[in-house]
Amino acid sequence: MEMLYSITTGVLSTCGLYLILRGRTFPVVVGLTLLSYAVNLFLFSMGGLTTDGATVVHGNGEGHYADPLPQALVLTAIVIGFAMTAFVVILAMRARSEVGNDHVDGKKEDRE
Amino acid sequence: MILPWIALLPLLGVLAPLLTAQRRRALCSFATAVIPAAALLLTLMQVPDLLDGATLRFAAAWMPELGLELAFRLDGLTLLFNLLILGIGLLVLLYAHFYLAEEEPVGRFYAYLMLFMASMVGIAMSDNLILLWLFWELTSLSSFLLIGFWSHRNDARKGARMALTVTGAGGLALLAGLLLLGDMAGSFRMDDVLARGSQIVADPRYPIMLVLVLLGAFTKSAQFPFHFWLPHAMAAPTPVSAYLHSATMVKAGIFLMARLHPAIAGSELWSVVVSLIGTVTLLYGAWFALFKTDLKGILAFSTVSHLGLITVLLGIGSPMAVLAALFHILNHATFKAALFMSAGIIDHETGTRELKQLGALRKTMPVTAVLSTLAAAAMAGVPLFNGFLSKEMFFTETLATPVLGGMSALLPILAAVGGILSVAYSVRLVHAVFFKPAREAPPKTPHEPPHLMRFPVELLVALCIVVGLFPGLVASGLLDLATQAVLGAPLDFHLALWHGFNLPLVMSIVAFVVGIALYWRHAELRRFTQTFGSVDAIRGFDRLLAKLGYGAETLMAAWDGNSLQRYVGWLLLATLLMGGIGLAQISELTGSLGNQPIDGVVLLGAAMLIFGGVGTAVTHRFRLISLLMLSVVGLFVALTFARFSAPDLALTQLSVEVVTMILLMLALFFLPQKTPPESSPKRNVRDVFLASALGAVIASLNYAVLTRDTASISSFFMANSIPGGGGHNVVNVILVDFRGFDTLGEITVLALAGLAIFKLLNRLRLFMPHSDGEGRVWSPDRYPAILTSISLALLPLALLVSVFIFLRGHNEPGGGFIAGLITAVALILLYMSRGVEWAQQRLNFPFQPVAVVGVAVATLTGLGSWLFGYPFLTSAFSYFSLPIVGKFELATALLFDLGVYLAVVGATLMILANLGKVTTPHRPVSDEKNDEDEDDTTSATKEPS
Repeated sequence: MEMLYSITTGVLSTCGLYLILRGRTFPVVVGLTLLSYAVNLFLFSMGGLTTDGATVVHGNGEGHYADPLPQALVLTAIVIGFAMTAFVVILAMRARSEVGNDHVDGKKEDRE
Repeated sequence: MILPWIALLPLLGVLAPLLTAQRRRALCSFATAVIPAAALLLTLMQVPDLLDGATLRFAAAWMPELGLELAFRLDGLTLLFNLLILGIGLLVLLYAHFYLAEEEPVGRFYAYLMLFMASMVGIAMSDNLILLWLFWELTSLSSFLLIGFWSHRNDARKGARMALTVTGAGGLALLAGLLLLGDMAGSFRMDDVLARGSQIVADPRYPIMLVLVLLGAFTKSAQFPFHFWLPHAMAAPTPVSAYLHSATMVKAGIFLMARLHPAIAGSELWSVVVSLIGTVTLLYGAWFALFKTDLKGILAFSTVSHLGLITVLLGIGSPMAVLAALFHILNHATFKAALFMSAGIIDHETGTRELKQLGALRKTMPVTAVLSTLAAAAMAGVPLFNGFLSKEMFFTETLATPVLGGMSALLPILAAVGGILSVAYSVRLVHAVFFKPAREAPPKTPHEPPHLMRFPVELLVALCIVVGLFPGLVASGLLDLATQAVLGAPLDFHLALWHGFNLPLVMSIVAFVVGIALYWRHAELRRFTQTFGSVDAIRGFDRLLAKLGYGAETLMAAWDGNSLQRYVGWLLLATLLMGGIGLAQISELTGSLGNQPIDGVVLLGAAMLIFGGVGTAVTHRFRLISLLMLSVVGLFVALTFARFSAPDLALTQLSVEVVTMILLMLALFFLPQKTPPESSPKRNVRDVFLASALGAVIASLNYAVLTRDTASISSFFMANSIPGGGGHNVVNVILVDFRGFDTLGEITVLALAGLAIFKLLNRLRLFMPHSDGEGRVWSPDRYPAILTSISLALLPLALLVSVFIFLRGHNEPGGGFIAGLITAVALILLYMSRGVEWAQQRLNFPFQPVAVVGVAVATLTGLGSWLFGYPFLTSAFSYFSLPIVGKFELATALLFDLGVYLAVVGATLMILANLGKVTTPHRPVSDEKNDEDEDDTTSATKEPS
C-alpha cells in the first residue's frame, strides 16, 4: 500500500510540475493546484498510513491512533493553498487585462 | 540607571522637533535643544565618578543567545566624544536655526539631526560590539538623510547616495569583522574583547578580521582610497557639514580604532597599514585642498588630510601618539567646525562659495573675517592656538617612531610636507576670501550675519585660543581620562606651550616658511597640476554603478532570460539535483516496516487519482476539460484523507474543493478557453523528463519515509490534549491551542490574500468574450428554478450544520476552518442560484471587515491570556452544565476558533463574491443591457484572437 501511495504522489507531482512549466497562466495555475494536492498528500503521509485511527482520543491518548500533527499542518495548508490559488488566478486575470495576453512572461510569443 | 538615559535621550529628541514643527521656529529649536542639553548635563554629572577612576556601565539582556546586550559604558574616551557630539551638536542647532531659510522644513531637519546625534552617542557609549555596529549603521542612514536634505538638488542626491554606498559597504565589512572579533575573543562585551588583545593578535584569523574592521573605519573616516565621498557630501546644508563632516561622523572610524586599540592594535600589520594609509590620506587631502576653488571643498579636503594625520598617530600607537591623536580629535573638531560655520555664514550672506566671486570680505564682514582668520591659524598650526600643540606632538611622534623599520626616517619628512601644505591652504583660504580683491561680484551684497548665528563660531574660536594658551589647565584633565580609557593605564604627561628649541619646532618653522612661499607661487603650481587633468569622483562612481548594474542584468539575462519558465526550470533542476544527492545516500529505499496489504478500495482510489492527474496534464490545452479532471483529483484526495483516518482533512478538502472549482470556473470565464499549441516537441520532451525525474525523486522519498519508523513528537499532543487543551479531537486542539500561534499566522495570510485580491479586482478591465470557444453566443442569464428553491431551503440547514460542526469541533471532527468553509459554500450557492444582484440586496455588507474582525478576535483571545498572567494564546476551559443540554465545556479555544471561522468566511466570500461581482456587468442579460455594457467598457469587447 505504501508503494502505491508513493507512486500516486509521484505521478501527481510529475503532472503538476509539467503544467507549471507551461507558458500560459491558466495551465500554470492548474499545475500549482495539482502540485499542492500532491504536496498535501506527501506531508499527510509523514505520520504514516493508519486505518481506522481517527484522533479523537479518550483517556491518556495511548492506543491505535493516527499521527495528529501532520493532519493539523495539512489542514491549514489546504486552506492557505486555496487562498494562494485564488491570488494567483486573479493575478493572472489582472495580468491579462494589463498586458493583453495570458503568457506567464507577458509576451505574445514563446521565445524558445 | 543614568547611562541609558544619556544614550536614549537624543533618540527621544527625534520627536521634539516633529511635535513642534508647526509652531514658531524659535519654539521648535528650543524644544529640540533642551534634550541634548539635558544629555550633556547628565554626562557632566558623571565626571566626578570618572575622576575617581571608575568606568560606568549599564547592561540589560537583549538577545543573549546572539551575544547582543543593550549595554552602555561611560569612560574617558566616551566622555571626550560625548562632549564633542552633544556640545557641538547644541551649537549646530543654534546655527541651523538661523541658517535654514524661512520656508524650509526645519522640524524634519532637526529630527534627522537628532537621529544622527542619537546614533553617534550610541557608538560612543556602546559596551557591546554588535550594539556598536547597530548605531554605526544608523549613522550611515541618518547621514544619508541629512546629506540629501535638499533632495530637489541633483548633487545632494548623488552625494547622499555615494556616501551611503561607501559607508554602507564599509559597515557590512565592519559587521563581518566585528563578528570575527567577537568570536576570537569569545564574547561581544567590550571589556572582554579589550582584555584579550594578545589572544586576538595571535589568532590565525587576525589579519582577515583586521582588514574587515579597518575597511569599516577607513570608509567612515574618509581615508584614502575611500575619501572621495566626503567632498561630495558637501552638498549637504552647512550645519550638517560642520557637524557630521568635521566634528563627529567622520571621527567615528577614528573612534573605533581608538576604542579597539588595546584589542587589535598590538601587531606590526596594524602599525604599517594604518600609518601608511594615514600618511597617504594626509598628503593627498592636503594637496587637493590647495587647489579647490569651492570654500567647502577646501575644507572637505583639509578634513580628509587631518583625519589622515590622526590615523597616522593611531598607527604609530605609542602612548604619547595616542594622546596626540585624541588631542588632535578635540582640536580639529573645534577649529574645523568653526571654519565650516564661517564658510556657511559667508555662503549665506554672499550667496556663493566660489573663491573667484569672493574677496576683500574683511571690509564688509570684519567680525567674521577675524574669527575665520583665527580658526584658520589654528588649522595651520600657528603658535598660541590649539592646532599648534597637537601638530608639534605629531611631529615629535613621527621623529620617534620605528614603525616603518628602515623607512621610518621618511615619516617625519612626509609629515613636514603635510605641514607645509596645510599652512599653504590655510593662508590661501584666508587671503583669497578676506583680503584679495574679488574677480567677480558675489550674487548678494555681503553683510554681517545676526549676532546669534555667529555666536557658535565665537565660542569655538575662543576655545581654540584658550586651549592653545593654557593646555595644561583646560585640556589635560579630559585627555588624561581619555588616554587612560584607551591605554588602560594612566599616562604621565605634561601639555605645555613651550618645549624649548627642538627639531619639531624647526619643522614647524620650515612648514610656515615653505608653506607661505608655496602660496606665493600658487598660480604656477596650479597651472602645473592642471596639465594632469582632473578625476571626477561622481562620474567614476556612476560609471562603476552602471557597469555593475549592466553586468548583473547581462548575467540574469543569460541565466533565465527574464522568463518565468526558464527560472522555474532552473529551480526544479536544482531541487532535483539536491533531492537526488540526498536520496543517493540512502543505502536501501525500503525501510524496516515494509508494505501493508493493498485492498480494492485503495487500488481504485489510486487509479482514479492517477487518471485525474494525468488527464489534467494531457488535456491542459482544453482548459474546461482539464479543470474537470482536476476536480476528480481533488475529490479523491478528500477520500484518501477519509480512508487514512483524517476526517478533519477530508471535510476541509471537500469544502475547499467546491470553492476552488467555483473560483477557477469563474476565472476561466475571463481567460482564453484554449491554450494555443506553442511548445516545441523538443521542449515538451525536456519538460516531461524534468517533471518525471522530480516526480520519481518525490515518490522514492515518500516511500522511503513511509517504510521507516520515525519518532514523532505527537505523543505529547495525544497525552496532553484532554488535560491541557480540554478537547478530544487532537487535530483541532493542536490547531487552536498547542500550535495556535501558527494558526493565527495562517488566518492572517488568508485575510491578507483576500484583501490583496480585493485590490487586484479594483478597476480591473476585462476581456470579455461574447461567445464561448466554439463561437456560440452566451445564453441570457436564467436562474434554474429547482436550484433557486433548493438553495434557499438549504441555506438555514447549511448554516445549522456549520454551527454544529463548529461547536463539536473541539471533541469530534470539525472546527472553525471546516465550519467557515461550509458557511461560505452555502452563501456562494445563494449567489450562484440567484445571481449577484439578488444576493447583494440581501447580504448587503462588505466581507472585508468580517475577515479582519476574525483575525482580531483570534488575536485578542490570545492577548487575553496575558491579563491572567499566562503566555500568549494559553487557553482556559471549564465545564458547565445546563438543564436539558447537560454538561458541556466552554473554552477560550472556542473563541479563538470563532476568529478562525470568521476569517475563513470573510476571506472566502471576499474572494468569490468580489470576483462574481466583476462578472455581473459583463453578463449578457438582455440585448438592451448588452449594448450599454459595450459602451462603458470599450475594452471588454471581443477576445483578440
